[in-house]
Amino acid sequence: MNAALKPKHQRLVLVAIALVALVSAALLAAWALRNQASYFYVPSDIAANPPVPGQEIRLGGMVEAGSLKTRADGVTIDFVVGDGEARVPVVFSGIVPDLFVEGSGVVAEGAMRPDGTFAARELLAKHDENYMPRELEDMTEAQRRAAVAETQ
Amino acid sequence: MIAEFGLAALWLAAALAGLQLLGGFAGLRAGGEGLAALVRPAAVVQALLCALAFGALLLLFVRTDLSVALVAKNSHSAKPFIFKLAGAWGNHEGSMLLWVAVMALAGGLIAAVERRLPERTMLATLGAQAFVGLGFYAFLLASSNPFERLAQPPAEGMGLNPLLQDIGLALHPPTLYMGYVGLSVAFSFAVGALLTRQVTPDFAKVMRPWVLGAWIFLTLGITAGSYWAYYELGWGGWWFWDPVENASLMPWLAATALLHSASVLASRDALRTWTLLLGVVAFSMSMVGTFLVRSGILTSVHTFASDPTRGLVILALLALVIGGAFALFAFRAAALRQGGLFAPVSREGALILNNLFLATAVGAVLVGTLYPLLLDALTGTTISVGAPFFDLTFGALMAPLLLVLPFGPLLAWKRADIVGAAQRLMGAAALAIFATILISALGGVTISLAPIGLLLGFWVAFGAVAELVDRSKLGRIPLGESARRLIGLPRTAWSTAIAHFGIGITVLGIVAVSAWETELVTTLNPGESAELSGYIIAFDSFEQVPGPNYLSDEGHFTVTAPDGGTRQMMADRRTYVASGMPTTEAAIETYGFSQLYLQLGEPLDNTHVVRIWHKPYITLIWLGAILMAFAGVLSLTDRKLRVGAPRRAAKTTPQAAQ
Repeated sequence: MNAALKPKHQRLVLVAIALVALVSAALLAAWALRNQASYFYVPSDIAANPPVPGQEIRLGGMVEAGSLKTRADGVTIDFVVGDGEARVPVVFSGIVPDLFVEGSGVVAEGAMRPDGTFAARELLAKHDENYMPRELEDMTEAQRRAAVAETQ
Repeated sequence: MIAEFGLAALWLAAALAGLQLLGGFAGLRAGGEGLAALVRPAAVVQALLCALAFGALLLLFVRTDLSVALVAKNSHSAKPFIFKLAGAWGNHEGSMLLWVAVMALAGGLIAAVERRLPERTMLATLGAQAFVGLGFYAFLLASSNPFERLAQPPAEGMGLNPLLQDIGLALHPPTLYMGYVGLSVAFSFAVGALLTRQVTPDFAKVMRPWVLGAWIFLTLGITAGSYWAYYELGWGGWWFWDPVENASLMPWLAATALLHSASVLASRDALRTWTLLLGVVAFSMSMVGTFLVRSGILTSVHTFASDPTRGLVILALLALVIGGAFALFAFRAAALRQGGLFAPVSREGALILNNLFLATAVGAVLVGTLYPLLLDALTGTTISVGAPFFDLTFGALMAPLLLVLPFGPLLAWKRADIVGAAQRLMGAAALAIFATILISALGGVTISLAPIGLLLGFWVAFGAVAELVDRSKLGRIPLGESARRLIGLPRTAWSTAIAHFGIGITVLGIVAVSAWETELVTTLNPGESAELSGYIIAFDSFEQVPGPNYLSDEGHFTVTAPDGGTRQMMADRRTYVASGMPTTEAAIETYGFSQLYLQLGEPLDNTHVVRIWHKPYITLIWLGAILMAFAGVLSLTDRKLRVGAPRRAAKTTPQAAQ
């Protein structure tokens, strides 16, 4: 015990513990970033490069006009998200956000099903001009115009 | 006139901050005594001026003076009084003024009351405080003037975002800001001590109550924000790992670490450089948070209309303040003498472990928060790093921390007997295992990690109690004697135990709600009912009712609890007149520590989608946090930390494990 009290040893032990903890934390964080981060897709991305079914992703685009249907159970809805180039059918159960309407932007969190439908766990709608989901701002102006034109 | 008065007060305050900076640093050199004498008065008057400026803004909002741009943009004459008031800080400019005002008040308070440190260190500290303050004055006055007039006042204001029209807005931002900005004091103390190289146990004793004060507000502010999001945003979750939430969690973790390391410095004169570093880091995290929230690179309810130049200004300020402090640290830290020595197994060792895990957790949260932004900026790939990442990394860091937590208070300073501490924790361990088995058997194991979480929660909570039991010698000496010992324990012993108990309680709440929450989404017509977890929810009626500045679609429910008692609940959807924006107001009913959460969807052909959650023991999450804040208050009242208390002898004898 006495030897451990020497300043050099004390620092050595501390540095060793700190290094082990930091390195394992860094490895864990790197692994988690690789596996747990979810990528953002617009419908044309999904058409060009379909994600693995079951993989957590975010899908952003415009809710196409006339596509919104409520199923017989009253709580499950189907709609189509488009970006002017491609369209993805989406299914969601639950209460939709306040500003979720046809023709407006939406970001859906969830995963693709093997049949090509996107099963949404959570819907984020544009709240108003100030609170638009950031990813939708990144849609090119052309995509947005096309999406709006198509949904009108 | 009021707006001009407020603006003038703000300019004067900024000028005084300049004087304070000048005087503070002149005072460090020989011959600067004349200017140095002005530093404390400058700080106090500056605080008064900022309070006046903020008062002026409040008055403008209360009067709904539409000739002021900020009022016209964010207020409405038909808004209830409390929201007119709270609307003053429910926007970018007003919240930055609140930030500056709180910062000036904190600086003024130190200048007015803190006389326990060498005057040179105080001058440097107040100078540093003025330096940071000046940056924010510049930002406020140059790019975010809250008092700007409109040439053509509109007939009516645009109204406040309906989501913000809630009592939460009156409480959450001011408390959180007091926490964020209060940490500027820790930063200034650290810089001051680095400049004068006077890092002593006395320094830590002086700094600790200020950090503790900021920490209490931060704890309450985060708790209020979490509860607000829970009931107002209607997602039924209490924490989303949203970057904005992370921005408040990071300074909290750093401040928690700082509190623990400051107590090592105060008691044992060790961890000098580390404590200073944490002081700088804690406030840096506050600034990073402000940058993230205010720059507009994130989107959330906290991001008011974004303006890229503001982001750049805050980023520059961040670089200047943090960069400067770290540069100073790099130059000066090596000159600090190595402090007290200790064995790895000791109270100091345990507190270092605490600091190590907390600091690493700050790093993990920071990486998760910034990584998507960096990736987007560098490669254009948009990803979102959400709950799965944070649950995993943060959980993996917290689990070992919680595991060793009960040992800390039972270990002696300098060198401790780990076997003895373990023996004294046997009872707590046995109880925790028993409680975990019992609850897992009763509730069923729905997620595999639940028993581990329960075990950790109970272990921490019982471990905290075990410390008190141990120190009062309960069961080993007559009961009355134990009670006397318990009452006679120092307040810091109580506050440690209560804060740690609070952590255990919060962990238990988190585990319970994650493992045993039930949810039902269904359609209901008036007259029908649904059942969830033994509760029968009957939809009685639906009606449209006008509110003060909105129209409300109200759903009335009668809930029959498993024990047969009935209660009324009302969930509504509001449409605000000024903006036409709808919001959903959930109905929440508390049963013991559990809650029933009811949300009404948009009516479709006269049927209503209703979402019902049963959230077992969810209130424990916030109650535990409130316990932690209460423990902080208790610790502030401890005799040996009180302002003006006689100082302890410089050479303290190491405390034996009691």
